[in-house]
Amino acid sequence: MSIDKLSIAKAINASLRTALETDPKVVVMGEDVGKLGGVFRVTDGLQKDFGEDRVIDTPLAESGIVGTAIGLALRGYRPVVEIQFDGFVFPAYDQIVTQLAKMHARALGKIKLPVVIRIPYGGAIGAVEHHSESPEALFAHVAGLKIVSPSNAADAYWMMQQAIQSDDPVIYFEPKRRYHDRAEVDTEAIPGPLHAARTVRSGTDLTLAAYGPMVKTCLEAAAAAEEEGKSLEVLDLRSISPVDFDGIQASVERTRRLVVVHEAPVFFGSGAEIAARITERCFYHLEAPVLRVGGYHAPYPPSRLEDEYLPGLDRVLDAVDRALAY
Amino acid sequence: MTVDSTAARKPRRSSSKRAGGKKPADGAGQEPELVQLLTPEGVRVEHPAYSIDLSPAELRGLYRDMVLTRRFDAEATTLQRQGELGLWASLLGQEAAQIGSGRATRDDDYVFPTYREHGVAWCRGVDPTNLLGMFRGVNNGGWDPNENNFHLYTIVIGSQALHATGYAMGVAKDGADSAVIAYFGDGASSQGDVAEAFTFAAVYNAPVVFFCQNNQWAISEPTEKQTRVPLYQRAQGYGFPGVRVDGNDVLAVLAVTKAALERARTGEGPMLIEAFTYRMGAHTTSDDPTRYRRDAEREQWEAKDPILRLRRYLESEGHADEAFFAELETESDALAKRVRDTVRTMPDPDDMAIFENIYADGHALVDEERAQFVAYQAQFAEESN
Repeated sequence: MSIDKLSIAKAINASLRTALETDPKVVVMGEDVGKLGGVFRVTDGLQKDFGEDRVIDTPLAESGIVGTAIGLALRGYRPVVEIQFDGFVFPAYDQIVTQLAKMHARALGKIKLPVVIRIPYGGAIGAVEHHSESPEALFAHVAGLKIVSPSNAADAYWMMQQAIQSDDPVIYFEPKRRYHDRAEVDTEAIPGPLHAARTVRSGTDLTLAAYGPMVKTCLEAAAAAEEEGKSLEVLDLRSISPVDFDGIQASVERTRRLVVVHEAPVFFGSGAEIAARITERCFYHLEAPVLRVGGYHAPYPPSRLEDEYLPGLDRVLDAVDRALAY
Repeated sequence: MTVDSTAARKPRRSSSKRAGGKKPADGAGQEPELVQLLTPEGVRVEHPAYSIDLSPAELRGLYRDMVLTRRFDAEATTLQRQGELGLWASLLGQEAAQIGSGRATRDDDYVFPTYREHGVAWCRGVDPTNLLGMFRGVNNGGWDPNENNFHLYTIVIGSQALHATGYAMGVAKDGADSAVIAYFGDGASSQGDVAEAFTFAAVYNAPVVFFCQNNQWAISEPTEKQTRVPLYQRAQGYGFPGVRVDGNDVLAVLAVTKAALERARTGEGPMLIEAFTYRMGAHTTSDDPTRYRRDAEREQWEAKDPILRLRRYLESEGHADEAFFAELETESDALAKRVRDTVRTMPDPDDMAIFENIYADGHALVDEERAQFVAYQAQFAEESN
């Protein structure tokens, strides 16, 4: 049976299992990924089945995790490392930016760095600080990295397969608040390109572009808008580096309005880049400026305030109304 | 425990009189033991734990390596002064530390250098002119690391210690019997990455040798600004052995590094070697050591020169004659000329190199910007027509 209804967490688990089964060079490493199965149980059962040599509990040192993963990759391995939470990636930021991202170029292409970095990200889980952040733009700015984020279980499975098969470093942001969302996963399907956006709802009046946890929010917003007679298209960007600008452009040339939604702060966020490039590409098609909905230029707030901080259905609809009012 | 802050800068020679394997009480105001097999005066001495027996031809080989490395290094410094290189990080004074350790490696071992390991590169068979590309500004690395199992120079201090450790973890997984050696300096010993590398290497019993060249200065900061204990003693806290070797004694460095690599190959895990040496020149050609250190200190270390002491030994033992030294002089001149000629004719990279090798599997944005760049440049071609 190749079609299962899986949660995002289980789909990633199944994908890692497939990779461990099919490629002896794949190793999973991170803090608590072994017996515990990760704090979100994404690696549940993998160490039991593949051993401590392939599913590796590491010391609590993120730079060490990424740095040794680079060394393993140089030796011919394909490490899939877990950073336990978004806000804990920064000790590894140096290794990711100065080493992992640049090594292929520094060697004039003679070596490859097939390292996948899994990062559960985003808020809305009532966590303490450093457990709810969305740092994807801090990585998107760096050439040499590829950045993806699935929004559903099928993508979670296939995008992980593709990330592991990629000869480039891939940061795989997991929408932790959606870990338990279930969907059908066909593990024998032929997946589309890793870095292509997908239209998850067709519409004619405005395009909502989002990725990861905000895709569901945008689908809910589109459903609510439909009741008011507005037809919204929803694009799941899936990839943040590269961004599928061709896909967004094609949609915006039809709908003539674009709202970009992410949890990360709006200021210098991925929405800013998308707004600038789509404005350039679609200047004569646009009926309204590209609007952005996201977090504020503030530290991620204590969890009692996160509902106010995070973009929700109403904030998305407010932006839709403003765009349509032009 | 207090440690005399100047102790780390005044190595005491071990001598055969100290033989007997009695471990000195390090710290507590005493100077640390230093493995030495050849005194600055060129006299062979024995050490209870480390020994070496080399043929006259092998001894001449080490001498040749050090002389050619020094000559190459001097030539590079000159080329920087002439404007042919943007920068050069000289290894002057560290030839024994690098040739001794480099010659201890086997072909199937893997080396992770900093940006100053010109002597190690020489031992690994990397053409010296390949090292100059990044200092001239034509590339950011440029050689194939797997060709000689010699990784790219790493400029961010200490990062490569983790790469070496991860590589060694892979060697162990493969069941191979090779070893890995990570170079870094006294300054890098303060970096978190080096501490994390020690932790990972110890926990996974990785076959990696940490080779710290303590050249006493991290640009302008003396070792006292990095540590209150002799650096080799740090290993103890991580659960693997550390040893200080006379870094200006090529025989001792070779013996100690061979032993450490062999230990790693046979599954005994990591080891830290502190090669106690001295950076005779500036940190790089952009540096001015007169602002922070005394000439007297340099003069003191000049007396411990690594090349001079081996020459004294070769001469006193009759292992090398005048013809050998004369031939080596000719060979040095030829190497210098080849380096000079190669650098001066080293072409600038093609403009399109900006967009090359950023990704192995391609990236839409890179493709788009490359096309924009081509179109932008084409305008000028049209204008000039």
